[in-house]
Amino acid sequence: MLQVDEVSGGYGKEPVVRGVSFHVEKGEVLGILGPNGSGKSTLLKIISGILPKQGGKVTIDGKSASAYTQKQFARKVAVLPQLHAHAFSHSVKDTVGLGRYPHQTGLFSSWSDQDELAVQEAMNYTGITRYEDTPIELLSGGEQQRVFVAQALAQEAPILLLDEPTNHLDIAHQQQLLDTIRNQAHQKGITVVSVFHDINLAALYCDRLLLMKNGEVAAIGTPQEVVLEQEIRSVYEARVKTQPHPEMPKPQMTLLPDLKEETEQFRIMKEDVKIREDHVVLQAQQPLKTISSAVHNAGMGWYRTFINRGVRHDYHCDDVQSELADYLLSYDYQLTDTVAMMTAVSPEYVNVQEFKAEFGSIVIAVTVGIGNAVDVSKAWQREELPYIGTINTWIFINGLLSEEAFVQAMITATEAKTKALQDEEVIDPESKTIATGTSTDSLLIASTQQGASLPYAGPITQLGKLIGRGVYECTVHAIHSYRQAKDEVE
Amino acid sequence: MSKTAIAYTVSIATLLVAIWLGVSIGTVKIPIETLWNDADATASNILWKIRMPRVLLAGIVGASLAISGAAFQGLLKNPLADPYTLGVSSGASVGAVITLFFGISLPFLGAFTLPVFSMVGAAATMFLVIGFARLVDRSMKMETIILTGIIFGSFLGSVLSLMIALTQEELRQIIGWLLGSVSMRGWKYITMVLPFFIIGSFILWLNRRELNAMLFGEERAHHLGVNVKRRKMMILIGGSVLTGSAVAVSGTIGFVGLVVPHMTRLMWGSDHRHVLPLSLFNGASLLIICDLVARTIISPAELPVGVITAFIGAPVFAYIFYKQRRKGAM
Repeated sequence: MLQVDEVSGGYGKEPVVRGVSFHVEKGEVLGILGPNGSGKSTLLKIISGILPKQGGKVTIDGKSASAYTQKQFARKVAVLPQLHAHAFSHSVKDTVGLGRYPHQTGLFSSWSDQDELAVQEAMNYTGITRYEDTPIELLSGGEQQRVFVAQALAQEAPILLLDEPTNHLDIAHQQQLLDTIRNQAHQKGITVVSVFHDINLAALYCDRLLLMKNGEVAAIGTPQEVVLEQEIRSVYEARVKTQPHPEMPKPQMTLLPDLKEETEQFRIMKEDVKIREDHVVLQAQQPLKTISSAVHNAGMGWYRTFINRGVRHDYHCDDVQSELADYLLSYDYQLTDTVAMMTAVSPEYVNVQEFKAEFGSIVIAVTVGIGNAVDVSKAWQREELPYIGTINTWIFINGLLSEEAFVQAMITATEAKTKALQDEEVIDPESKTIATGTSTDSLLIASTQQGASLPYAGPITQLGKLIGRGVYECTVHAIHSYRQAKDEVE
Repeated sequence: MSKTAIAYTVSIATLLVAIWLGVSIGTVKIPIETLWNDADATASNILWKIRMPRVLLAGIVGASLAISGAAFQGLLKNPLADPYTLGVSSGASVGAVITLFFGISLPFLGAFTLPVFSMVGAAATMFLVIGFARLVDRSMKMETIILTGIIFGSFLGSVLSLMIALTQEELRQIIGWLLGSVSMRGWKYITMVLPFFIIGSFILWLNRRELNAMLFGEERAHHLGVNVKRRKMMILIGGSVLTGSAVAVSGTIGFVGLVVPHMTRLMWGSDHRHVLPLSLFNGASLLIICDLVARTIISPAELPVGVITAFIGAPVFAYIFYKQRRKGAM
């Protein structure tokens, strides 16, 4: 649809854009990225004919761009500008109606039904029909930008060029605008080329990205191929880390700030685990990087307060999440700062131990209730009834863990727990075989991210050895406490 | 009735009333039936030989200045632009005065020599002002253009003063003409200015939609499919033809081109498809009324009409400037 070959050009004698080539298919969304002054807006201006090109060729729909008259060109290519102020007021409908200019020819060319239809459709699509008689300067920035989107859509051109369309818009309007454009591209097969400032937005909304540096193409490809830590670092000269988007197969990047502040050193110790009336709690001085399968704030995050709440055997609640939140608030724990799990075991039966090695130390806390023990390999034979009893394991590590180390720590801890159940001959009451855990076990790994760097946590490493031994010993002790408590009751 | 229909009805009705007032009021009151009944020879004479040409000329000059003001404002996205503030009127005056001063009469042009020189002066000034403003400030801010207009206007004003100082017998003629007046011109002037008025207005009207697009900036207009370079040239030439011919017959009459389009926009919106024709009607009405006031207020003496327009125009200019700056400050 749009083919750019070896295009060079710019304002002065020295070209800003040098030998850029790419092509965009019908219905495809291409994002142009690059640092300030890399020539991305200039490239767009050369394509749209605002700036003359000094070399190369732009082909639109199989025909050289220079072969079109201005009106013909506007019927092929619509441009959405950055938002700016206006000296005179126009009504919304008149503004959108200007998009029909290239379709009107002749001296007295009047407003046709087709013009009216295109304008109404564009206004409906962007949700501005109810403002049609309002002067545009009375609208907010986001609404004004929607008016210009409607103007570009009313132009009914198969190619849409955008120059940082979301500049000065808040995130809700950014999303609205880009959703609209993306959906139009896919429904009507409009080809979109857009300059972006925000790498994350570009990665989310574009099929392919073109990364520019010093007026040349540094990289072109899918977001996964372009938004790479190395690539971004070398083009933008900024320290970044990429992460997957939580809902879409698109990369997102985060800046890694280079701050000169001194971070206060701290360690987690056995004594930090406190036993309260109906829960076990650990409050760290600073947030810990945490991964857990807790009830409140499960998953990955940074948290300071860790709760293991003991509830009665007959605890029953339809909305456990909000009941637990109310419970945390009644103790003045901050919801955003706290990870909380639940167990039917009384808090005094928690087993807490500290283990040391050359790299530093770890603290492990385990509560065990095995009335609900299950052999995971036979679990498919069970009927799911509300069983009581769970093994909650906490592992606090004084060290700097990689993401792999978190995963390996989880594996190592689980294997150690299973081994403890095996040695203690905990039986799955249904299948009568040795249990591997309970059906509702929770695990929490939290690290200070200070001190020794610990890239791995399998049993081959010091950390892995410590976790294996620690979880095993704590679980065995906790099983003993559990059985003792049960005997006392009986 | 739609808003547009009301706008045209009101404007045309106002113009007819203005013409009627302009024709009938004066030292001698002329009854309306004189138009079709020439029983009273004196009244009929005053009507057709003096009042009517004067009123029509005022109308044409007012219309020319107003429509070209509307076009300049749209083109430059500048609500303070008009032939007077841009210095274009001064340029036209210089062109006209040069013709008078040197007694130039080109073959083929004959009586049209003066308006043609005046138009050339207007166009040359327009291009110089815009070119210089762009040189100073690429974004061509409102103040830059107005200041450039003032610089060129003052310079051309001093050129005029110089030429007047060098003149002896032509002096009175030139000064009287410079103050701006539509009195004692007669039908000859109307036939001289009318073709330019029609051509200039038509050129601007052809660009009504382009002017709408250019309100959003030249780049935006380009993207919408407007051939900006050619259209801009057409509008500048159209505006210069109108300003030049108006100045040629009436001297420099300020602020009509500023006040009328502003009021028109305020009342009926800024769509050039309507701003241009409505400014034309309203500009004609305003100058006819102003001229009526100018010749009756200190009767039997007469004020130059430019005094009246400036009296109304300067406060309006100040008001628009205030509002625009407040808007920018917010």
